[in-house]
Amino acid sequence: QHGRVKVKTTAQQEEEKRKEREKKLKIYVAARDACFAKRKEEIFDDEALQLTQQLLSSNPDFATLWNYRREILLHLETVKDENEVQKIYEAELSFLESCLKVNPKSYGSWHHRGWVSARLPRPDWARELGLCDRCLSLDDRNFHCWDYRRMVVKVSGVSVEQELGFTDRLICSNFSNYSSWHYRSTLLPLLHPECPEQASPHLCEEQLLKEYELVQNAVFTDPNDQSAWFYYRWLLGRGMWAVVCHEQMLGGAEVHPICDLPPGTIHDTTNEHNLTVHWTEKHNHRECALYTGTVWHAGNKLSKHSFLQEHEMVLLLCRSELSVEKTSVLQSELLSINQLQELEPLNKWCLLTIILLMRALDPLGYEKETLAHFQTLKEVDPKRSAYYSDLCSKFMIENTILKMEYAEVRVFSISDQNLTTLCHLDQLLLVTHINLSSNRLQRLPPQFAMLQCLEVFEADNNSIKSLEGVYCLPKLEEISLKNNKISTLADLQPLASCPKLTHLDLRGNPITQTAGVESELAKLLPSVTDLQL
Amino acid sequence: MHLSKSDSTSITNLQVFCYTSEEEEDEAQCNDALNTTVGKEKTADEEALKESAVCAESQDEEHVAPEDPQSFLGQWEDPEEDQTHPSVASFQSEPTRKKISFAQLVKEGRRFNIDLVSKLMFSRGSLVELLIKSNVSRYAEFKNVTRILTYHHGNVEQVPCSRADVFASRQLSVVEKRKLMRFLTSCMEETEEQQAYYSRPYLEFLHDQHLGDNLQHFLLHSIAMASPDTPTGEGLASTRHFLRCLGRYGNTPFLFPVYGLGEIPQCFCRMSAVFGGVYCLRHSVQCLIVDKDTNRCKAVVDSRGQRINCSHFVMEDGYLVGDRKKMDTSLRFLSRAVLITDASVLPGESDQQVSMVTVPSTDGSPTVRMVELCSSTMTCIPGTYLVHLTCQSVGSAHDDLSPVISRMFQTTKPDNHDQRPFVFWCLYFNMADGTALEVEGHDLPSNVYVCSGPDGNLGFERTIELAELIFKKMLPEEEFCPPAPNPEDIIYDGEPPSSTGGEEEQEGPADQEEQHEPEPLN
Repeated sequence: QHGRVKVKTTAQQEEEKRKEREKKLKIYVAARDACFAKRKEEIFDDEALQLTQQLLSSNPDFATLWNYRREILLHLETVKDENEVQKIYEAELSFLESCLKVNPKSYGSWHHRGWVSARLPRPDWARELGLCDRCLSLDDRNFHCWDYRRMVVKVSGVSVEQELGFTDRLICSNFSNYSSWHYRSTLLPLLHPECPEQASPHLCEEQLLKEYELVQNAVFTDPNDQSAWFYYRWLLGRGMWAVVCHEQMLGGAEVHPICDLPPGTIHDTTNEHNLTVHWTEKHNHRECALYTGTVWHAGNKLSKHSFLQEHEMVLLLCRSELSVEKTSVLQSELLSINQLQELEPLNKWCLLTIILLMRALDPLGYEKETLAHFQTLKEVDPKRSAYYSDLCSKFMIENTILKMEYAEVRVFSISDQNLTTLCHLDQLLLVTHINLSSNRLQRLPPQFAMLQCLEVFEADNNSIKSLEGVYCLPKLEEISLKNNKISTLADLQPLASCPKLTHLDLRGNPITQTAGVESELAKLLPSVTDLQL
Repeated sequence: MHLSKSDSTSITNLQVFCYTSEEEEDEAQCNDALNTTVGKEKTADEEALKESAVCAESQDEEHVAPEDPQSFLGQWEDPEEDQTHPSVASFQSEPTRKKISFAQLVKEGRRFNIDLVSKLMFSRGSLVELLIKSNVSRYAEFKNVTRILTYHHGNVEQVPCSRADVFASRQLSVVEKRKLMRFLTSCMEETEEQQAYYSRPYLEFLHDQHLGDNLQHFLLHSIAMASPDTPTGEGLASTRHFLRCLGRYGNTPFLFPVYGLGEIPQCFCRMSAVFGGVYCLRHSVQCLIVDKDTNRCKAVVDSRGQRINCSHFVMEDGYLVGDRKKMDTSLRFLSRAVLITDASVLPGESDQQVSMVTVPSTDGSPTVRMVELCSSTMTCIPGTYLVHLTCQSVGSAHDDLSPVISRMFQTTKPDNHDQRPFVFWCLYFNMADGTALEVEGHDLPSNVYVCSGPDGNLGFERTIELAELIFKKMLPEEEFCPPAPNPEDIIYDGEPPSSTGGEEEQEGPADQEEQHEPEPLN
């Protein structure tokens, strides 16, 4: 056809491409073999440098070649003067830039860049920061770049203020960025500590308010974005706790049962507050440290003497979720998050934050609202309903402990509250009567064995299958487990270790259907005189 | 069949003011209000941009310039701004105070690229898609419009339209932020609630969403770019279009070509030329030779008496002689103003902002659309801003736009206490709004096609639509603007393709700026 542009067909193009690829592969393989041969012979010359450069610029993830290259460069360092070395390394940096263009997430390239920057006689850190900024503007989640940048910042001594400004910039361009928010959380306490004399993980109030404003802008703009909510929770004071313990107080009258805890009842999971324990003197009874001592919070002694008085201890426990003491601040936060909730009634992050705020402010006063919010949470986020149930259980237990302590009784009763899990058992060491009836418990965990003063225990109408925690309880006399799911004799085995157990009610359990269960039980638990089946 | 000598109605009411004088001698009028018929001989300085004689002609049946309507835009660009200045200078030559003197402006005149049409490219609009599809985009560079501004309560405010903008906005409360984001997310889907409002005003719909005055203003004027009586269906459609365009290239939905809109037709012409298109510059068409039996145009005769054969002929409506023209009763005009100023209407951290500003109508005055270009768009010199104002005409351009200009800019003696930008130079004119033109129904030979001049809309949707329509009429079998093949995929056997220039030898001197005639032969 006259005058038309003739264009190659797809088949022609394919064929050409295939040939091109074959040609490339041949060159690549030849170069690779040449490199390996040279390395074997320990030749560190310019040719080797060029060969590896050729290969790495098409495939920057070839770790062996980077190693070889470093060997060559180290050798060159020994034979060249400083200016020449500087030039070689500068060339290396610009070569690396081209590799990063091929693959911005190449482990080999970033690692090599770090190595080169560290060896460069006269490093240009400003240029490196510029490179990081460019990379992060293309992909603000490139963790290789974040890592490298941290190294550069550390070595070049970029000020904390500048770095905070850097996070400002990143967050403004896109706030869905965990890296930036987290970086912020590490910078702020350095720049605006709560008390200037002392390093602390907490912020001064003025800055804290500014941060609340910033993060609120984010959660109101996009309440479904997790990153900002996580930062918000950090702001609300999930800080670290430090406990300083004084060994001499162990002899106090009130702590008597603690020293004899059965082994295994106290371990990391028991302690839900990540307390760091510092012994001031010799450390004999490690476990006891959890219950005696002085809590330092943000440089202030919160409990002056010790935890000997349980009352103080409990108050602390329940406030520990949110360490910000300034109630007014929390109050206004609650107000604005409530505003958000009105606009977004089904947002789970919002609901959860409201619950946490309410607990920080007044756990008992907001109990009703908290429960209602938990109900909504389970409906809007059914995939995590078990988590919410456990969290709700935890809060209910905390509230019950509070009430119990206000009433100054040693009776712990929490029935018909949909409990799914038990926690804070370490707070119930002195309790003599426990009633957990009509909940949704499935097991009594090993930590239950901490309840060394327990005399009467009721847990009717649950779904308990396992009693593994009910062992070695020296004072336990009476257990009622009506309408649970205990089905085998083995399930009851732990009870055999409770010497004073006399009353046991197992009505409504599958085990009662087993033939000859009564005589078996009499054998297993000889001390029980009042058995109901 | 004779053609009209020039389009007599496209540019009218031309007025140029220069305010860069030492004394307060403002309103120095140079080209005094030219009434509706501006002869090009009278306004020699504007001649280049007024020449809208476009004659697209093609010999080859299969390939006729799909770019024709684009090339009309080219007519509206004034590539030789420095031509304009001397005549202005003769009226107003006093040197000026402040940073940039008038003499400097004149001296740097070549570095101003003033488009007579003010448009922006929606980043998912049909022009952008066409540029990408056809590979024509390789011939130009684009800048993002960096922010959307609006004139609200006597102040210029930034309109938060992207997620990052909303987050960073200082003028919105957190509750407003949530409401805005929620509205923007929810309006992407059609709901029954929206349906109920479809024919009622969009403003009413917005009002019933409990958005508050601020947000309603932003959504109506800056995002939907609608007026208070726009129906909800239309308002929602433009809101969605705006939102779909967000984030493709930046934080606003708009792109602007570096060196101005005149680049766009040039790029299409360039692509055409690469594949053998021939341009006859400085040959305006005088008449058509029509075969009475077939009612087809066989050839054209140019201004030098040369006959050029053609199989299709495309022209702008301005060339139609009166009696052939199907008169449109609703012929509309645009009022335009172009300013050179010393500062942005909303100074920010960066002085390189490209801003789209909406100025809602106030008591009867029309809604004004303003585009402020910074020097990095290569349309003005550093230290200056080029501001385009556009609205539907009610009166003359000066009547329509000078109230807005005097509200937002200072035109008298520069006053350091006045934050408003100072206007060095200002041009007013009216031009025909191509929206109203009927493409069909003229009494013309079957292979002669009429297209309109530029329309007053912000985007290029209508222009592209019209171009494709004409192309399809000429060549119903051909794809419109197909992707240009990569150079390495072209087979060169025998002669290089550029020399197989078709049956007709008509290479015009390709050294002048007018008379684009895209014609891909090969």
